[in-house]
Amino acid sequence: MSRSNGYIVGFAATICVVCSVFVSGAAVSLKDRQVTNKILDRQKNVLSVADTEKFTPDTLKAMTSDEVDQAFTDGIRARIVNLETGEYVDDVAGMDASTYDQQRALLDADLSHEAPSNAAKVLRMPNHALVYQVVESDKVTTLILPVEGKGLWSTLYGFIALDNDTTTIKGLTFYQHGETPGLGGEVDNPTWKAKWPGKKAFDDQWAPKVNVAKSTSRDATYQVDGLSGATLTSRGVTYLVQFWLGDEAFGPYLKNFRETGA
Amino acid sequence: MAANDREVLLDPLFNNNPIALQVLGICSALAVTTKMDTALVMCIALTAVLTLSNLSISLIRNYIPPSIRIIVQLTIIASLVIITDQFLKAFLFDISKQLSVFVGLIITNCIVMGRAEAFAMQNGPKLSILDGIGNGLGYSLVLILVAFFRELFGSGSLFGIVLLKPITSGGWYNPNGLMVLSPGAFFIIGLGIWALRAWKTDQIEDE
Repeated sequence: MSRSNGYIVGFAATICVVCSVFVSGAAVSLKDRQVTNKILDRQKNVLSVADTEKFTPDTLKAMTSDEVDQAFTDGIRARIVNLETGEYVDDVAGMDASTYDQQRALLDADLSHEAPSNAAKVLRMPNHALVYQVVESDKVTTLILPVEGKGLWSTLYGFIALDNDTTTIKGLTFYQHGETPGLGGEVDNPTWKAKWPGKKAFDDQWAPKVNVAKSTSRDATYQVDGLSGATLTSRGVTYLVQFWLGDEAFGPYLKNFRETGA
Repeated sequence: MAANDREVLLDPLFNNNPIALQVLGICSALAVTTKMDTALVMCIALTAVLTLSNLSISLIRNYIPPSIRIIVQLTIIASLVIITDQFLKAFLFDISKQLSVFVGLIITNCIVMGRAEAFAMQNGPKLSILDGIGNGLGYSLVLILVAFFRELFGSGSLFGIVLLKPITSGGWYNPNGLMVLSPGAFFIIGLGIWALRAWKTDQIEDE
């Protein structure tokens, strides 16, 4: 059965229009829910490192989205930090701390720059980072810094929480990664995450020293037990934590914080 | 249910299983079967896409110009997959995060294309729906089976509920690392095909 070229073109066009109506319909109508999910996921991750004892994975799972939102607004303050000077800024290109999106800034040449060569294989860095703070009676008790870098297969995105002495680690979590489940994917294992709180991030010269190592017998202050079978992911975590705490990223900010206490 | 309908629906489970006999759709069977919950969601997603694509292609089969039929099938399948992915992101966010690209890869899953081209193009909507469900179930059967062994022996749990407490969480079970890697799924599928062919000897190919 042969058809005219006109019929074929018309048929193809009709199929395209019908399909695109369905696809865009689904995308548009579900977008709000998806955005809410993403924000909620981020908030949960921030909460989980802000207070590892209060917000365990089980309590977070049991919390409704309103409760998460409430806990987040009550206890967490977002601030924009200029990475180069290490100072707070109130807005970036018209966005304040509630609307600034650090990931999106990476796509904008005016808001980001090429990263210096680094072991964490970070290619672009934002000019401004979005940090979170836990504030108790007007005093910042915990700093929560976004970190990212390459593992074995994927880029890991997460947060590291520091005490207000800027060196005692309170927690580390990754909210997005594509490492092998059961091996590198064990970065999500609560037992492993529990090894981070209490470690010191910096040595006495304020150089980042915390690392993931195969044997922690020698220097338990700075070393976190490695993930067995996931050498490259472990190494990636070391590199990315050290990079973001170092002079090229949050170093200036942490120095300011230590000097001014805020 | 007429005998023919029953055959179309149930044949793909054992007699003509898309993974075990036709060895199609292996890539996702390897990728998403480290845990039961991801495997289950993947099965539901694939069955939904397969059934709907079979239905829509069957409905317009007499109007599709043969020269562009593969492109038309792909367009329909791709649209259905994107819609499914959007739904998962909206309603099952945690699981869609773990499935990541594999929902998107249903587009290239040979089972969906294969059934559209081999069955829905020649048969009416009712039979095509049954064929879609049947092949979806055949795929699901293998995935669930593989995921069962992989999660149990690789992580010591089922649906995230710990049954064999691993040493890493302070228990006694030493998880089998091979099970969480893709080759683990290869071995299980291989053993499964062996078992199936030992039972259904007519599936053994001539030397």
